[in-house]
Amino acid sequence: MHKLLTDQPGATMVLLGNEAIARGAIEAGVAVATTYPGTPSSEISLNFFQISQESSLYFEYSTNEKVSLEVAAATANAGVRSMCVMKHVGMNVAADALMTLAYVGVKGGLIILTADDPFMFSSQNEQDNRYYGKLSGLPILEPSSVEEAKNMIPYAFELSESLQEPVIFRTTTRINHSTAPVTLGPIRERVCKGDFAKDPFNYVTVPAVSRKLHVKLLANLEKAAEQTETSPYNFVSGSGSWGIICNGVSYAYITDAVRDLGIHDKVKILRIGFSHPMPQKMIKTFLGSCEKVLVVEEGEPYMEEAIKAFAQEAGLTLPINGKGKDLFSRLYEFNPRLVRQVVAGYFGVSCQVEPIVDLSNVPEIPQRPPNLCAGCSHRATFYAVKKAAEGLATIYPTDIGCYTLGFLPPLGMGDFLICMGSSVGTSCGFSKVTDKKVVSFIGDSTFFHSGIPGLVNAIFNNHNFTFVILDNGITAMTGHQPNPGVDMSLMKLQGYGRISIEAVVRALGVPHISVIQPYKVKKSIEALREAFSFKGVSVVIAQEMCTLYAKGFKKTKSRAYYVSDKCRNHRDCISQLACPAFFLEEEKVKINPTMCDGCAVCAQICPENAILPVKS
Amino acid sequence: MSDITRLIIVAVGGQGNLLASSVLGEAALLAGIPLRMSEIHGMAQRGGVVESALVFGNAQSTIISDGEADVLLGFEPSETLRALNKCNARTVVITNLSPLPPFTVAIGKGVYPDIGELQQIIREKTARLIAMNAVDLAKTAGNVLSVNMVLLGALIQTGILPVTADHVITAIRTKTKAAFVDINTRAFDLGVEAALRQ
Repeated sequence: MHKLLTDQPGATMVLLGNEAIARGAIEAGVAVATTYPGTPSSEISLNFFQISQESSLYFEYSTNEKVSLEVAAATANAGVRSMCVMKHVGMNVAADALMTLAYVGVKGGLIILTADDPFMFSSQNEQDNRYYGKLSGLPILEPSSVEEAKNMIPYAFELSESLQEPVIFRTTTRINHSTAPVTLGPIRERVCKGDFAKDPFNYVTVPAVSRKLHVKLLANLEKAAEQTETSPYNFVSGSGSWGIICNGVSYAYITDAVRDLGIHDKVKILRIGFSHPMPQKMIKTFLGSCEKVLVVEEGEPYMEEAIKAFAQEAGLTLPINGKGKDLFSRLYEFNPRLVRQVVAGYFGVSCQVEPIVDLSNVPEIPQRPPNLCAGCSHRATFYAVKKAAEGLATIYPTDIGCYTLGFLPPLGMGDFLICMGSSVGTSCGFSKVTDKKVVSFIGDSTFFHSGIPGLVNAIFNNHNFTFVILDNGITAMTGHQPNPGVDMSLMKLQGYGRISIEAVVRALGVPHISVIQPYKVKKSIEALREAFSFKGVSVVIAQEMCTLYAKGFKKTKSRAYYVSDKCRNHRDCISQLACPAFFLEEEKVKINPTMCDGCAVCAQICPENAILPVKS
Repeated sequence: MSDITRLIIVAVGGQGNLLASSVLGEAALLAGIPLRMSEIHGMAQRGGVVESALVFGNAQSTIISDGEADVLLGFEPSETLRALNKCNARTVVITNLSPLPPFTVAIGKGVYPDIGELQQIIREKTARLIAMNAVDLAKTAGNVLSVNMVLLGALIQTGILPVTADHVITAIRTKTKAAFVDINTRAFDLGVEAALRQ
């Protein structure tokens, strides 16, 4: 049995934040969960995926976040408790559905979980999704710890059902990826079937209906404004005339800082866990009892701006600060030492900080950037593209996935990236206004997520570029999740369809299509050259299963390669492929046999044919 | 802050530090010590650095600021050196001495630090350095992959963490695969002995 299904209320379990969130949903009787995977949210979905294989929970990896939210919007409107999980930038994709779903509302509880990523550990931006609450008019809940994340999920479902609106559940990386003991609660029975009663004048959002629904949304927002005032997740602790208002992980850093600074009798803390709408009355009362207030929140001054507006309404003139010089930054994430120092500085108390060791004479340490795996077929494709494009002035728009790492030297394959699917859309623009050869890259999962509309655009508007689809048969960067092109029978799972990328591309009327096997270097280069010389949209599909994923299915490891005595130290292998299985020993190239995957790409490019399979 | 012990573990993806953290988590649960952890394991499978923070005691924070680690446990010597910003003059450092040079060295984009100099630098800046070739000890124990258990042994021997060797051994029995328990406990013992000798 999956550990998150353990039916032992009161028992303690050490859980990752994302496991705790999934457990919270199980305790709340969630019946439908949908997602497009994205760090730092991915493990929530992975647990739902596993649980769905042994219970009545319906879970799906949807094509993208918008579809994911639409599926959950329907199930929730059929009265079934549903949850839609995504990373913060996924909300941008889902936003079209989100904004009008807020007008329509829900019948059964719906939680939309957004995992924000301050410091961008694994993201392209660090947008603060609390503004989606303001933008859509939906309530936002934000936990401060792993334990609270679990407990808050059932509350979020209840809130959603009482307001008849979806609830946005906002986490940050440090909640998702922290681990702590969690006390299990009782599991509510899962109700998987619902019903949908036709009511088009409340569900079909033509203008006349929406004008009415917007009134309803504002009325629901009023109800939410009452609930936030009495929510157990907005609370005051401590006493004193100094005030701190904080949210999320900042509450943990503040709790530690107040204790470490010994100021618990001087400061009171207002912790905001229900952050949209903000508890206006509670905040005004809090401000009225303080001499000065520090607002502690990662990201944007979301609370600070609201609090200052409340102070103005209440005619209060006390100092209220948060972001600013010598205070907090809008950049990156906070840490305990930073918070302790800012609190001490703001309230004028002494703060002992342990000096960091002197690092001035530490020699420069070689960087250890992430690298494409040994035997990764993306490396082979990038090499072939580079060779085929020799002599051409190029622009390489890329996309989001493992292959984004191809932008690093020595491959240097990646010139422009803004979001999922942008490879193909930006190719249209670059090829229109420059005379350079545009070659763009997209992975299989990203192609299904948002690459198809861009390709349709390219065909319709008759653009001119080569679009390389790196089809490795799985979603790799987030950890081998299925996508619509994946053969699910390999996971021993039945009941799934499978979409051929080649068939999709053909159906769109792409005039020049080729399929390559990237481990066959010479043939791949030839096919790419031909595609590059075509005027119009050419698509090259590079098919080879993710080597890391394939290892799970192979009975025996492929034969590794070694560098024989024939090597003349050209080092083309190292300098052009940069496969991590290579290393230097006494200035000679060697191959780590345990890392080598036997892809034989290096053997094909060695000018001396010095790289040979290890004899068994 | 005296009741709180802060441990940073740094490793290269695939070295088994997440399992080491998980064993310590279980051991803390057995010892009745509150423990909060956080991990940044972005792209670990692609050869990147994995950093775990473990905070024992009654702190709410799950991360450890620069200069505030009580113990730094490094699975790879250059990564131990890179994490020195987490240390202060009272920090105890434990490191494996067997290098895994990053790929940047092979393509001439950096020079791997001298292992002797590396130890000297850590020794002069921190309270104590315990250094060992954990790969050799793991091989002696019977499996090169038990490096993590060797280093756990050395860590527990210092007595800095509020968990005992018994707690950790019990946790190894429940958290690691049955077929490897004997090798893992042997590796743990070899780590304890190696730390004792220093």
